[in-house]
Amino acid sequence: MDLQIEELSYTYPAGIEALRGVSLTIQSGARVAIVGQNGAGKTTLVRHLNGLLKPTAGRVIVGGWDTRQYTTAQFAARVGYVFQNPDDQLFLSNVNAEIQFGPKKLGWDPDRVARHVQSALQQVELEQFAARHPYDLSQGQRKRVALAAVLAMDTPIVILDEPTTGQDLPGVELIGKIVSELSRRGKTVITITHDMDFCAEHFERVVVMGQGQVLLDGPAPQVFSETETLAKTYVDPPQLVRLANQLKFSLLPMTVEEFVRIRYKLESSI
Amino acid sequence: MIELDKVSYTYPAAAGPALQDISLSIPEGQFCALIGVNGAGKSTLAYTIAGFVPHFYHGTLIGKVTVANLDTQTTPLHELVTRAGLIFQNPFNQISGTKYTVREEIAFGLENLGIARTKMLARIDAAMSIVGINDLAERSPLALSGGQMQRVAIASVLAMQPPVLVLDEPTSQLDPIGSREVFSAVRALSQTGGMTVVMIEHKLEWVAAFAERVIALSAGRLIADGSPEQVLTDESLKGLGIGQTRYTQAARMAEELGYWRRKDAFPVTLEQAIEAFQS
Repeated sequence: MDLQIEELSYTYPAGIEALRGVSLTIQSGARVAIVGQNGAGKTTLVRHLNGLLKPTAGRVIVGGWDTRQYTTAQFAARVGYVFQNPDDQLFLSNVNAEIQFGPKKLGWDPDRVARHVQSALQQVELEQFAARHPYDLSQGQRKRVALAAVLAMDTPIVILDEPTTGQDLPGVELIGKIVSELSRRGKTVITITHDMDFCAEHFERVVVMGQGQVLLDGPAPQVFSETETLAKTYVDPPQLVRLANQLKFSLLPMTVEEFVRIRYKLESSI
Repeated sequence: MIELDKVSYTYPAAAGPALQDISLSIPEGQFCALIGVNGAGKSTLAYTIAGFVPHFYHGTLIGKVTVANLDTQTTPLHELVTRAGLIFQNPFNQISGTKYTVREEIAFGLENLGIARTKMLARIDAAMSIVGINDLAERSPLALSGGQMQRVAIASVLAMQPPVLVLDEPTSQLDPIGSREVFSAVRALSQTGGMTVVMIEHKLEWVAAFAERVIALSAGRLIADGSPEQVLTDESLKGLGIGQTRYTQAARMAEELGYWRRKDAFPVTLEQAIEAFQS
């Protein structure tokens, strides 16, 4: 399911101009990271992708649907949106009910609901917590419940707003694994993140935003080579990119393996 | 400055202990990072040093905790807060929300301590200049960026002039600019102010670059304690969820492939990595 954002502008009712003419096309199955400092318009942008916000000018087309002509509820089967703060998303009294809520609303039969809930719980490694109250879990675990609630709806497009904040190492690795799995199943994954190492390792395309506009857009190695523009918008390139720049590499590595391959001039993958 | 002697702690009604048999000695002026997976006991240890365990959380504390020569179990919390200041993860949970200006917000704790007005104003100015927020003095604490608000929270604790500062993931809600502001301010406090700092932090590149000492916890126990170069290159800790910077990971992969010729420790910071990979 392709996404087209055409000359999108958005001004909040209080008068703040959050987006100023953003155009992006995201092909079905792509992994795209949107980065930039706080206030750049990242969250405002992704909230247009499921119709939570409607354009002030321009338009957003999701799989042929113009977001102005459909409700957010209608987009629920197409676009899953995992909030940055799980407490903005979770509202039921146990984990199972929380994850069932979306699939049930989609009108699925009970078998299909149960299957998807089980699979989502498994993916976020919270099977043993199904009967617990979300507020008895840690913030990091609640974040995984919010993620499972979206995974269970099996939408072709998944949006992850700051998925790694507050996660420890196993948590970040788990989210990386889920992104790869979604991608393998042909889903489009869009993330907003400040974690550039996570971004480089899991997202092939990077969009840098600043002051409501797209400053850079392209394959991750190309975007991370634009040192000056990145510095202006206070994006620190990933650790290995900074190291490679200092070592005057001609190619920029996105992973530890790529770094080692370039540094020691190894031909094939390790 | 901070001494823990065989400390174990169990929260009220908890099935098992949150901290088990922890002994630690942190000298004055040291900047320590506390790392470990979620649930390892990092926050509990921070609350224990700040005296919130057991005074606020109750439960059962075994062993002895001494902070600035005070036994935290027998000293009341209102006295302990002048020895160890605690900064929460989210500055929103720390600021009172009842004050109209940053200056009034920072005054709040001092008013509760009964500090005289002239002394109070001087202390507020000093605290604001340490974290670089003098220009925000007349602004509303609620209309600031996350990094600014976190620095207001730190200043409100600093104004009480505690010799020990305990920070529970102070940058987790902040963007890179805000994180850098907070890390730099805290480093200055430790380096030039002689303040003893204990900071919980997941961002290992910052830990490697800023902390003098790294303490790692797992399942309530202390599993490693040493320099960033020692703890953050210890492969045996990986199974316990203690990560490594990409610099260390790259060096280890190079070694596994037989390309690593150096005899010294693996690099943990960018500077060390530049030097190590150049040769």
